[in-house]
Formats: sequence, structure tokens, C-alpha cells
Amino acid sequence: MSSETHAHDHAEGADSELSEMEIRVRALETVLTEKGYIDPVAIDRIVEEFETRIGPRNGARVVAKAWADPGFKRRLLEDATAAANSLGYVSRVGDHLIAVENTPTRHNMVVCTLCSCYPWEVLGLPPIWYKSAPYRSRAVIDPRGVLKDFGVALPAEVEIRVWDSTAETRFIVLPMRPEGTEGWSEERLAELVTRDSMIGTGLAKAGRDLLA
Amino acid sequence: MNGVHDMGGMHGFGPVEPEANEPPFHNRWEGRVLGMQRAMGAVGLWNIDQSRFSLESLAPLTYLGSSYYKKWELGLESRLLAHGLVGADELAAGHSLRQGKALSKKLAAAEVAGRMTRGSFARPTNQGARFSPGDRVRARNINPESHTRLPRYARGHTGIVEAVRGCHVFPDAVVRGEGEDPQWLYTVVFSGVELWGEAADPGLKVSVEAFEPYLDPA
Repeated sequence: MSSETHAHDHAEGADSELSEMEIRVRALETVLTEKGYIDPVAIDRIVEEFETRIGPRNGARVVAKAWADPGFKRRLLEDATAAANSLGYVSRVGDHLIAVENTPTRHNMVVCTLCSCYPWEVLGLPPIWYKSAPYRSRAVIDPRGVLKDFGVALPAEVEIRVWDSTAETRFIVLPMRPEGTEGWSEERLAELVTRDSMIGTGLAKAGRDLLA
Repeated sequence: MNGVHDMGGMHGFGPVEPEANEPPFHNRWEGRVLGMQRAMGAVGLWNIDQSRFSLESLAPLTYLGSSYYKKWELGLESRLLAHGLVGADELAAGHSLRQGKALSKKLAAAEVAGRMTRGSFARPTNQGARFSPGDRVRARNINPESHTRLPRYARGHTGIVEAVRGCHVFPDAVVRGEGEDPQWLYTVVFSGVELWGEAADPGLKVSVEAFEPYLDPA
């Protein structure tokens, strides 16, 4: 990850605009509350869900289970919604989740060129870069260049398959299991599964990275 | 619509800049916008496609120059104004100046945890699917001014049906005000060379999720 090259979180940049947004959003919330359209406590709860319960750890557990259990992996590739829900999640996964498997000859990458469709039930809220113009524009025409931005280089003979999420189907990448992790518990395997590896802009961590 | 939101294949936006340990929200107001978007979405006056179209309809410079949650906030304001749920004077004043409309639904705090699952967009149909896996199809050259989910980069190009994903709500129809008009949905895969020409990466394949009305046999 290149946090040092990350210029700024927001396209509009200036702090003055952030406070302008604070004022604007507060005004909107006040109007909607006074009109009786929303309950601000419900808004608190929604924010809380995304800050505490719904995140990439959910997806990591799915991937780790698939690595450890061939039967689960088969069910996941057949119907990812049903397979993920069979784990008894904190948050149920909705319809049309599709798992796509990386192999030594094929690497998958997920994008939404038209907006920001993302399997948030298993990965949480999308990172800013996923919703940004650089990623949305380049992923479909230059995915190897995008991977380079993430410090990932794949052999030229590895086919790259990009999935543009243009409908209500959602995709999660099943990354390749790192070598040298035979016999690891699902909990330990899950620690190797990064968010980016499930989007396809990264690989799972090597087992030795955990020991370091 | 052929808007700036349809970014696939454009050049010049620069490198992707990942942020280490990115938090869910960078500013408190972003979470409030997401929460309001979902709470007002639960009312049922518009669906996800209409919500997307309000963002696509932002002025191009606004769209490109605004952060993600700012776009959401502007899109939400525009839908609230269009439905007469709030007045521009009220947004400017930061207070309600008139009684609100009676809505059929108000999202309660206690409901939130149970509503964090995406709804289903699959719909029953009597019609058989026109295409099967392995079929060659050409994405139609359509250029509607209204909403569509067929990206420009795929239009006119030939691909292969890889999977049939069921029959789903058709976004183009919803936004035209024609109801859900469910259509079969397919994963259609194109070679990089087909989409981007001979200089493209020979090992690149790109798929889109294409509704049946986007496709002709090829």
C-alpha cells in the first residue's frame, strides 16, 4: 500500500469545503428529522453497523473456510450467497453474490465502471480508490497497470479477467491459498486474506508475513 | 446516458492511490449521508436505479469534482426536491418551514440491524431466456439519454455468453417510469482485443452483466 503517495482523501480537497459539507449535511439531517422523515438514532445505528459489524473480516472468513474445506469451496463457487449464509454470519448476505476463483493461470479483478457496486456485505464499505475515477477508468483497459499501482506484478502468461459489476450481481474474488500454509486453522488462514485480495487488486499475504 | 460516470477505458485520471488502514468514514458527515441515503431509500419512493440516475445527472464538473459522499448528498437533495419532500428554502434555512408529507414508512432504529441485507432484484418470469452459455452475442449500439447499465466501451462489440444470472429488475425501464419490466441477465465476456484493439493485452478478458435487451445474436 502506498500511503505515502496518497495525496488527499477527497477530490474537492480543501478543508473549507469539508466544513461546508458538515454544515450542509447537518442542515439536511435537521430538515428531514423535523419533518418526521427520519429518526437520527436510526442513522446512528446504520453508521455503527458499518463501523463495527460489516467489514472485510466477513469475507476473509469465507475465503479461509473455502481454502480449508473443499466441500465448502465447491458450494461457494456454485452459490456464494447460500454458502456465505451457511456460516451463520452476523449479517446475512443478500442475493446474487458470486465467488470467482484465482488460479495459477487466471487472476480475477472486480470493478464497477458506472458507479461503485461492491459486495459490501462481505467486504464492508468500498475504499475510496475503488470508487475513484482512476480505478473505474483503468481497471477494464489496463488492469496490469492498476496492479502495478498496488505493487503487484503477475507473470505475462496469467490471464486477467475483469468483472464489471454493471447489474445487481456482486463479485468476491477467491484468492489463491499461499504456499506453506498446510494444516493451518481457518482463523489463522483468515489473517492472510486481505480486502484487496478479495477485490483482485492484491494477493493473499504469504504465510511468512504473519510470522514476521 | 452518455455521462462522465461511464468511465471504463478513459485515460488521464492518473494512478490509483490506495490508502493504508483506511477508516469506513473520513469525516462524520459522510456516515450521516450514507445513513440518510439508506433511511430515505427504505421509504420506497425510489429504487436503487433512480438513485443512481440522480447521481449521473449531476453536472459533469460537479460529478468529477466531488467526493463520493458529496455526490451522494447532492443526489439525495435532488431526489428530495423532485419529490417535493423538502423545499430549497428549507435546505438553505437548515430547518423545516412547513409540515412534512405523510410517508408510508419511517425507518426505525430497532429495524436497522435486520435491514443490512441487500434486497433481491430477481423476479419470476414466464419467458424463456433467449441466450445460453456459449452463445455469441453483440452488445447493441444504444445511446439512450436516460439511464442504462450497458457501458459505452462494450457497445457494438461481440462477446460470449458465459452465464445466465436469472431474470432481474431492468434498470433502464425503471428509470423511464415503465416499472420493473424484468429481463434476463447474462454475464457476457469480451476479449481485450475486441474491446480495445490489436494493441490490447492478449491475456485480458472483461465481462459485463448484460440484460437481454442489450444483446443481439452474433
